[in-house]
Amino acid sequence: MGDFLRAAWAIAAKDVLLEFRSRTAFVSALVFTALVLAIFNFARDPTAVSAMDLAPGILWITFTFAAMLGLNRAFALERENRALDGLLLSPASRTAIYLGKVVANLVFVGSVEAIALPLFALFFNVPVLPVLGPLVLVIALATLGFVAVGTLMSSMAVNTRLAELMLPVLLLPFLVPPVTSAVQITSRLFAGRPFSEVTAWLRLLVAYDIIFVAACVIFFESTIEE
Amino acid sequence: MTPIESAERALRRSAVWILVGLLLLAGVYVRALVFTPAEVTQGLAQKIFYIHAPSAWVAFLAFGIVGIASVVYLFLKDPRLDLFAASSAEVGMVFTTEVLITGPIWGKTIWGTWWTWDARLTLTLFLWFVMLAYLILRSAVHDPAQRARYSAVLGILGALLVPFIHVSVYLFRTLHPLPVVLKPGRPTLPGAMLVTLVGSFLVFTGFFAALLSYRYAMARLADARALAAAERDDA
Repeated sequence: MGDFLRAAWAIAAKDVLLEFRSRTAFVSALVFTALVLAIFNFARDPTAVSAMDLAPGILWITFTFAAMLGLNRAFALERENRALDGLLLSPASRTAIYLGKVVANLVFVGSVEAIALPLFALFFNVPVLPVLGPLVLVIALATLGFVAVGTLMSSMAVNTRLAELMLPVLLLPFLVPPVTSAVQITSRLFAGRPFSEVTAWLRLLVAYDIIFVAACVIFFESTIEE
Repeated sequence: MTPIESAERALRRSAVWILVGLLLLAGVYVRALVFTPAEVTQGLAQKIFYIHAPSAWVAFLAFGIVGIASVVYLFLKDPRLDLFAASSAEVGMVFTTEVLITGPIWGKTIWGTWWTWDARLTLTLFLWFVMLAYLILRSAVHDPAQRARYSAVLGILGALLVPFIHVSVYLFRTLHPLPVVLKPGRPTLPGAMLVTLVGSFLVFTGFFAALLSYRYAMARLADARALAAAERDDA
């Protein structure tokens, strides 16, 4: 178990360090996020639709699209110089590789979200601070779910003929349950609705995380078998 | 008998079953249009029910088969299971498309709108998207073993996803009529309509099985021919 966690940690640390030094994907994801948030402002008629009605949906569409940029990178990196073969030859188990990649992706997506959230509050004049605790929890739960599935899908997508273009086709249907729940919970949080209104959605979100994290851990091995 | 000959024989046998299925399908239409009473409020528009509901059942059955064949494939690694799952996905895609075409036609007359984000409609749409992703993924991977593993993983995850989408869309409101057959207590569908519907379900399931075995035989034949060609090149 110790070796397993150390291997997973080493892989995550390697990816995070690589991104920290180059900052290419991170900067482009941030600029992308800021641009999407700014452009969404022109997608509504401010005299007819209040920002609050659209805000939760905008927040989550921005998050998922920004995440897609990072997820595509996770395994594309390992294709250069056939680095994945080196990883597979190392004593790290396949599951440790998957876990390391998931952690690195979570750090990436989490950092983008941490910067995008204040920007979102500023642009759309949404009172994020009063509900910050529950909101962060929902963001964490939904992000865990779609990063777990997204990491698995990107490990397959990079090896197809369509490469980066394949990921959205594979991943977007899988985002329906976590993103729908997250949008529903977020909009009720902003509206100050009682907790009982979100329990069903919260249960769905937690169940999705449990089932899909487990399934992805089990089936990742099958995607990189040689 | 060589593998090519046996695959060709299976293909011919399935073709016969498809013909039988088409005849029975014609029988279902005649029974539904002529010998089944019209529904009181919906009138003739309700006749599409006998195509729509069985197609939906077959669509989900096909996807269930993809999921099960995918799980078994990952254990046994038998390439035939992969071909079977792929055939089921392809034929299922046709039936899912049929649900998505007949649904709006019925919906326009009865609900007054071609499309609505109703729970079951949305679920079927996403089933269609997952099947499409499955078929696109298959077409984008060259190596057969890798293609089989990838599509098995996607098939299993897709089968897990469907119940989740079902719950998510159900938490929105639904416009669909509540179940009239499979529910606690006795079916509320009148006898004559029930007979037509059950007959239609059976015929659609049989027709699906015929198409599936035909598609599967085609895949086996293509494989056997590719293998024979490779052997010839070696010799």
